[in-house]
Amino acid sequence: MQPWRTLSQLPIAPISAKTPYSDLAIGGPLMSFSSSIGNHRYQFADLRELLAKATPARSGDVLARVAAETAEERVAAQFALADLPLVHFLAEPVIPYEIDEVTRLIADTHDAQAFSPVRSLTVGELRDWLLSDEATGERLAALAPGLTPEMAAAVSKLMRVQDLIGAAARIRVVTRFRTTVGLPGRLSARLQPNHPTDEAAGIAASILDGLLLGSGDAVIGINPAGDGVEVTTRLLRLVDALRERFQIPAQSCVLAHVTTQMAALEQGAPVDLIFQSIAGTEAANRSFGVSLAMLEEAHEAGKSLGRGAMCADGTIGCNVMYFETGQGSALSANAHHGVDQQTLEARAYAVARRFEPMLVNTVVGFIGPEYLYDGKQIVRAGLEDHFCGKLLGLPMGCDVCYTNHAEADQDDMDVLLTLLGAAGVNYIMGVPGADDVMLNYQSTSFHDALYLRRVLGLRPAPEFEAWLQGDGFGRLALDAANPERLLPA
Amino acid sequence: MSGIAYPEMLPTLAARLRALTPARVALGRTGVSQPTREQLAFQRCHAQARDAVHARLETAALAAEMEATTGRDVLRLHSAAADRTCYLQRPDLGRALDEPSRVRLSQLQPGPFDLALIVADGLSALAVERHAAPLLCELLRRLEGWRIAPACVVEQGRVAIGDEIGSLLGAEIAVVLIGERPGLSSPDSLGAYITWQPRPGRTDAERNCISNIRAEGLGYADGAGQLASLLAQARRRKMTGVALKLESARALEG
Repeated sequence: MQPWRTLSQLPIAPISAKTPYSDLAIGGPLMSFSSSIGNHRYQFADLRELLAKATPARSGDVLARVAAETAEERVAAQFALADLPLVHFLAEPVIPYEIDEVTRLIADTHDAQAFSPVRSLTVGELRDWLLSDEATGERLAALAPGLTPEMAAAVSKLMRVQDLIGAAARIRVVTRFRTTVGLPGRLSARLQPNHPTDEAAGIAASILDGLLLGSGDAVIGINPAGDGVEVTTRLLRLVDALRERFQIPAQSCVLAHVTTQMAALEQGAPVDLIFQSIAGTEAANRSFGVSLAMLEEAHEAGKSLGRGAMCADGTIGCNVMYFETGQGSALSANAHHGVDQQTLEARAYAVARRFEPMLVNTVVGFIGPEYLYDGKQIVRAGLEDHFCGKLLGLPMGCDVCYTNHAEADQDDMDVLLTLLGAAGVNYIMGVPGADDVMLNYQSTSFHDALYLRRVLGLRPAPEFEAWLQGDGFGRLALDAANPERLLPA
Repeated sequence: MSGIAYPEMLPTLAARLRALTPARVALGRTGVSQPTREQLAFQRCHAQARDAVHARLETAALAAEMEATTGRDVLRLHSAAADRTCYLQRPDLGRALDEPSRVRLSQLQPGPFDLALIVADGLSALAVERHAAPLLCELLRRLEGWRIAPACVVEQGRVAIGDEIGSLLGAEIAVVLIGERPGLSSPDSLGAYITWQPRPGRTDAERNCISNIRAEGLGYADGAGQLASLLAQARRRKMTGVALKLESARALEG
């Protein structure tokens, strides 16, 4: 066997530190990349193709016809990608600046100062640096605004599962509203008390069950079955009343469309966190019925309510947005521009970080087997998403989940859950018995959150932990013996 | 557990909570883990859901039932996805008709119709077999005066296949009744998607959806009522999707 070797890429355009990315993006020279394995020379037409072919195998990229044809082509692309200077990413956007507001956001908000420590590195050297002893949590946090999502995606494609865990575990992204989420040694859970017909008593029963098992410190977040202003308002009032009565340090959210939540907010509903599903292209976001301007408006409206509380460190919680993402969403909306699904997922994080979110989670296995075929693909994608999100400065959680048409089961979820715990995930989902009876998929249970806290020695958010040890929780546990007094009529 | 005492749940409370929701509440625990009986109950449901995903729609029987309950002709069509394995991996093929179906539709006398009614297996043939005919029956009663195209039953179909069918039929609005992805507690949940001026390329933001139509969820009369109300608004406002949803919220919840 001949040893592998890589051929150098074509020379890249010289880039001055002061040149804005957007100028380079317009009409910049297209480059091709190549590398050789044995006597086979592999050619990649542009950055988009290089990234796609370097991506570890998954069904969605095959569906989009962007995946590597063979295992050898994939690793050839990884070699070429490893040799690519990071500055190249500032010159060649994967989706043109002129046609996509997410590209414009990425380019226009790139922080050259923050980028400077890694400016001279290639993608492969960035991986080495991320895993080195140099890469402290503090340095990683300072680097975040200097990295573009495409850089984060690129380096993750060269990383094994243990690399994704090891690097992410160093990065803490801490956010606050009424609880503090993301501190070292802590693991929070979103209490997800969904009900197939939004019945208040049924939702309250699930909330009670979850609170009694220590879930809810990330958010009490309800996916409504019907997306309407009145149901949203009704559910927000339900959680707010329970929270006030037992003095629970927690925030609520009803995960209706952002326009529905805004309408509820305008009518005076007690809105804590504002939710929206987002994706990594303008066209995919349009298919969700949102734009950056709309999210900006929601962010401003949420902040203006000032509903955050003083948190354990004495500061007032002011992170008000909650975003969900997931690989494959752009492709499913036919809005992927030939870019691989993992790179697009990282671009969604550029959208998220614009709005200083309290919570961001990938709903990794929800989309189905056309995008992530089996447990192996779901596990890797969950760890990639968590790593890329953290590297870009996001408070990443994960909905560890699968659907009944995927080749996956509870064993796969236990694997991903435990690995994410080791990687320092901010929060996971708490769904009664892991079975979401409204959205029809399997996530993680209240028990799963307790398991992870126990096996890794993790604790709930400090404010919530204090509540679990105090009078409010004691009163809830006592009153729960007569649930008529707790539950809405 | 760092000094947190999680209370044992009294049997009376457990029973009360379970009566209030189909969710798996009040499971009890051994240490922090689920007891054996709950663990096995979950596995049983997962096995049933897996089987529902792979079950095949008996189109002849369904078409006959629909013809009997609605008194209308029913067309049997097939998507470009040849079988379930292909369907699961190639959503693009599940959104398009196969050639014989396309030819068949193009040979029909085209509309204009106000409405095309399409029933597709989606991810649960069980849902469609149980709920499509009775729901249609309730719906048609509420659509007096509408010009309705011949109903279609589609094998291996996804929601967007209604765009192609509705457009070939010359219908102003398409309604797709489709088996939703089976949950552990709901292997037979039916969804209804409404699209104004259906044609290939429509996005999900341009549709409205009513989901969870089944015995334990939204009943036939309520589901048909919501559908009819959305249809009336779609026709009046000449649109479906996010914008229509906001305005119709009151009607849906009223």
